[in-house]
Amino acid sequence: MTTPPRIAPPPPVASPLAPQAIALGATAELVGFGRALRAAGLRVGADQLEALARAVACLPALGRRDLHLAARATLVTRREELALLDDVFARWFGAGATTPAPRKMPHAPRHDLGYVRTVLGSYMAQRAAAADREVDVASEPRVASALERLQRKDFAVCTAAERDALARLLRTMRLELTLRRSLRRVRSRRGRQLDLAASLRLAARHGGALPALPRRTRKRKRRPLVVLADISGSMELYVRIVLQFLHAVTRHQRATEVFVFGTRLTRITAQLQLRDVDAALERAGHQIIDYAGGTRIGDCLHAFDRQHARRVLGRGAVVLVISDGLDTGPPAVLADAVRRLAGRSHRLIWLNPLLGAPGYQPLADGMAAALPFVDDFLSARDLGSLEALARHLAAIPRHRGAARPAPRTAPPDRQPA
Amino acid sequence: MTLELTSPATVARDLGARGYIVDDALAMSTFLALRMQRPLFLEGAPGVGKTLLAQVLAEALAAPLIRLQCHEGLDLAQAAYEWNYPRQLLELQAGRDRGDVAVADLYRDDLLLKRPLLQAIDPARDRAPVLLIDELDRADEEFESFLLELLAEFQITIPELGTIRARHRPIVVLTSNRTRDVHDALKRRCLYHWIDYPSFATELAIVRARVPALAERLAAHAVGFAQRLRREDLSKLPGVAETVDWGAALAELGVDELDPATTRATLGLLLKYHDDLEQLRGPRLDQLLAEAR
Repeated sequence: MTTPPRIAPPPPVASPLAPQAIALGATAELVGFGRALRAAGLRVGADQLEALARAVACLPALGRRDLHLAARATLVTRREELALLDDVFARWFGAGATTPAPRKMPHAPRHDLGYVRTVLGSYMAQRAAAADREVDVASEPRVASALERLQRKDFAVCTAAERDALARLLRTMRLELTLRRSLRRVRSRRGRQLDLAASLRLAARHGGALPALPRRTRKRKRRPLVVLADISGSMELYVRIVLQFLHAVTRHQRATEVFVFGTRLTRITAQLQLRDVDAALERAGHQIIDYAGGTRIGDCLHAFDRQHARRVLGRGAVVLVISDGLDTGPPAVLADAVRRLAGRSHRLIWLNPLLGAPGYQPLADGMAAALPFVDDFLSARDLGSLEALARHLAAIPRHRGAARPAPRTAPPDRQPA
Repeated sequence: MTLELTSPATVARDLGARGYIVDDALAMSTFLALRMQRPLFLEGAPGVGKTLLAQVLAEALAAPLIRLQCHEGLDLAQAAYEWNYPRQLLELQAGRDRGDVAVADLYRDDLLLKRPLLQAIDPARDRAPVLLIDELDRADEEFESFLLELLAEFQITIPELGTIRARHRPIVVLTSNRTRDVHDALKRRCLYHWIDYPSFATELAIVRARVPALAERLAAHAVGFAQRLRREDLSKLPGVAETVDWGAALAELGVDELDPATTRATLGLLLKYHDDLEQLRGPRLDQLLAEAR
């Protein structure tokens, strides 16, 4: 992409006593500002810039603060973007200037490498990842026999080639997430409720007689899926594969939220919406400080409860925690966080790669503290267990039940080969 | 009309006169929404005054307030219009008894039940109403696409009657508590404003305006305490609405000093979760109270 290195200096600005003149003179300025915002990764449309121009024309006097506030009202559609806008605004119009007039030519943000690194990193990573091509599994010979072998092989001892094969295989899988009945009603032949509007229309067409009774039923919708994955130490490898699996099976569903945690919590939903799981985790990895310092699972789940739970755990969400339960914090904190999580979710599923390993018992303090609140305790160490997970997710009961079933501490039923 | 639309400052002044204190950012957004006739999309934590802004606007403009409370499953029948089925059935019966059924008789204007959205664009109105679409995040995405259409044209097409178009563009305020993300396409039609928790000075002004009976020193102490609570690790932070309620309770109790005992007894007005209350029962409360003094 070649772009001109500098943006042309603004046209001379009229006296502050003539607001209309300022507005007209400032239009080119606003367009340049819009371009700078776009370069910084904010999606500003021409319609929004036009709105800002109109807003400026409405204002009796145009101070720097007025212009700033008008830009905030017209160019942004979510809170997270406000900080970015403030930042670009300060660079573009310079601090302290009272009108957008006299300034030296600043660097547009995209030419400032430090800025690109910190703010644009994720955006660029996403753009780059989107170009990744998918490889067709069918073109690979000997898939069937490889599949046999991979079925029971612990992800941790897979070779790089086997992991590639797994990744490709996972991309072909599909999963119907369990449905819930929403409060929205749709026409249905087998519905229980009479559709009065349709009945009357039908009657009107048939001279007052009703040849049939149209009915309605509650629409079925997918439950949202929320994933909280522990990516510290040895867990990372398992999480990579489970996320590849989830990414593949939920690719066409908007309602999947993914968070990863090591020492702190990071939301990677946006990155995962693109093709490449590895790139998304790479990116999350940069954001997580102190990778091998142990996991504070309780603190991270607590942070999730405070910052995100209210927004993402609505509408009967199914929550999937992927962790070995080796918590370095106090067990009471973890127990409390898991209890809240269970209270806010339709079903809480804990995936533990250690489960199913010979001789494993969930005795670690953290795991033992969390278990009483978990609905399902499942394994995630090989392909077989992921298939079991897929079956499980497709068959989650509609009712939550007053009491949750006693958590299973033994490995779930595994289909005999 | 007692809302002067000359500048953001005059809007702030006139809203302030009605007890609704705005900072310069919200004054700007409100001013622009009114002048540019764009819907105002308000997001923010519960209890920061999103709904109240619409109510005060309606009052200041002496315009009728039409409110649509969103919920899951909200559909056209509840939001826009519905036919009066029982009466339609009676008409149908009468028509059959007479031996002639005219379809037009079943879909007359007087058999139409007008729900909030249709009321807002009713051409019979002689002035623009304030249309409040409250807690849009609770409605389904299907409803958003319908709203998108409505906010673009301010018209609704009823197949049996034709297109109904507003004579006066309603002043639209949408609110969201952010329990889910509302679609960008809808937000782009609007002016977006995030209402944050107010600063100490603004919140004190709000409490003073809403609870004039509360002594200034006590109000300052209460607001300082509420502001400090918002820095604690709580699952639900108290909103301005909670501070105002609490201030009203303190005024009602007639206390002249905010002591730990009174605060403990009335803490339920600020914190609405058992876990949060438990967390503050201990010495932490005394500490915050002393700091706020």
